[in-house]
Amino acid sequence: MRALIRLVSGLYAIAIYGFIFLPVVVLILFSLQATSFPIPPFTGPSLRWYEAVLADTRLTSALVNSLLVAVLSSAVAVTLGFLSAWGFARFALPGSGLMRGLITLPLTVSYLIIGMGLLVLFNWAGVPKSLLAAGIGHVVINLPLCFAIVYSQMGDHQINIERAARDLGAPEWKVLLLITVPVMAPAIFAGFFLSMTFSWDEFVISFLLTRFDTTLPVEIWNLLRSGLNPKTNAVGSLVFAVSIVLVVLFELMLLRRKPA
Amino acid sequence: MTAPLVDISSVSHRFGQHTVLKNVSLTIEPGSYTILLGPSGSGKTTLLSILGGFVMPSEGKVLIRGEDCTAVPPAKRPTTTVFQDYALFPHMSVGSNVGFGLRMQGVNGATRAARAREALALVGLATAFDKKPHQLSGGQRQRVALARALVVEPAVLLLDEPLGALDLKLRRQMQDELKAIQKRVGTAFIHVTHDQEEAMALADHCVVMNDGRIEDEGPPERVYARPATRFSATFMGESTLISGTVTEAKSGKITVTTKLGSLSLAGTLPAGSTVALAVRPEHLVLGAASGPVALGMAKVSDVVFQGSFKRVLGTSTTDPALHFIAKVPSASAVQPGDVVAVSCDAGDVILLAD
Repeated sequence: MRALIRLVSGLYAIAIYGFIFLPVVVLILFSLQATSFPIPPFTGPSLRWYEAVLADTRLTSALVNSLLVAVLSSAVAVTLGFLSAWGFARFALPGSGLMRGLITLPLTVSYLIIGMGLLVLFNWAGVPKSLLAAGIGHVVINLPLCFAIVYSQMGDHQINIERAARDLGAPEWKVLLLITVPVMAPAIFAGFFLSMTFSWDEFVISFLLTRFDTTLPVEIWNLLRSGLNPKTNAVGSLVFAVSIVLVVLFELMLLRRKPA
Repeated sequence: MTAPLVDISSVSHRFGQHTVLKNVSLTIEPGSYTILLGPSGSGKTTLLSILGGFVMPSEGKVLIRGEDCTAVPPAKRPTTTVFQDYALFPHMSVGSNVGFGLRMQGVNGATRAARAREALALVGLATAFDKKPHQLSGGQRQRVALARALVVEPAVLLLDEPLGALDLKLRRQMQDELKAIQKRVGTAFIHVTHDQEEAMALADHCVVMNDGRIEDEGPPERVYARPATRFSATFMGESTLISGTVTEAKSGKITVTTKLGSLSLAGTLPAGSTVALAVRPEHLVLGAASGPVALGMAKVSDVVFQGSFKRVLGTSTTDPALHFIAKVPSASAVQPGDVVAVSCDAGDVILLAD
């Protein structure tokens, strides 16, 4: 009986992980295809499609754009998120609960709605479609996330540490820079890397807010319009690899056990 | 007469509707070791926070070295605090922790390191300079916190239940060291605690607080021997409390009538006032070799062996609501269930106005 239960739960686990990862495995497998169509039978392995991706200046410049937008927008999002989390954690503000709710609200609004809203707003304000506009969009979606991560890690025991610094003569900006930021560094880096992950493969907002210079997901979409070929698999695998690296960094930062 | 180092005048504080300090005035002399003693909720920690600048009092003034510091932020006050949880900076080495205050004053790196080493040597941790706080034990962290607060040479050092997180043995040991360090540096220490033994061992000046007020203050010997109020008699050590009424008063002598009989004592209270008489456990005499003031018979309910003495709890046979607490030598043969005569010396009876 026990053996049966173990068998069934084992099969169930395989089914679940298969369901989640099979598409990715297939994607990566056929990125190594030697012939021109990403369909069975598998003819590889070959790196010719990766070479093709790296030789395609539109794809490589989109890749650089994506990294640039991800790094800069995440830096802005985590800075603003940290400052607001610190403000909420350390000061009694009027309507604090409501304001905290409002700041995290964008987490529940679809990217499409946020993108459309920004498109209308930028049109009205005369901001042209650009990487900057997409970057601002990414700050909008990632700031609530950074806020939530940093805020959740701001415990009361840090209040006395900050007090001690003030007591020893530190002005407020030095308390923040020399004490709060280093103490909160794991949460701050975690917020940064998770933001980068989301910004890195975000499509809808970038699609709506960029025109000539665009990000990698939008460029991939352009590529897909001309039909499937192993090049799209190769570029997709690259995107996936970068995302994995970022997620691992996030986990290392947030979940790393610190010596007590 | 020189001005006191710290002058707290008529300070009151409210948290919302709740008044935690009620018109408290206190002066601190230079070089003194002051203990604020009281139960939780007595306002002692709030008073310390007001001194440190972390809380602005609702009313009243705080003068330090003659300057009005009531609204001066902690960074600009000549006070430093040793926090109960030590509040060391976890990402900095012990040396950087201790040097932090000097760094904020713009002292250069070499001088800073030298003075941090001196301060660490003072607290007996010279070897910990390069360690991180998490590598130290609780007692060691406590010393680092002390060194960090002392190195900037504050006018007043504030200690918020500094020994509260340590085990008993370490606490007694740190207590002796605190006193020795204070004598060596000569800085005025103000120390908050709810441990009366700590208070008696450390204080030059003991301030007993209850319900937002100062109940009693003075040298600990005086506060113990002659407590000013019923609360301070019970909080600072144990007592047997006997209530009574003054029935006669003339020329510095009063007669107090209690359920145990009449007692003649030195005092000036008017006839008719209700009083409480307190007797310290070590002053109660059990058995035949009775003292001059007889306190009737007591039925012993419990005898607790405490090493160098036995603690005896008993109930008066004439008034079952009256509980005796006595200390007798360990060799004493008193047993639970015994009925013994209780007496004391008139000079050991503490008269407390009710």
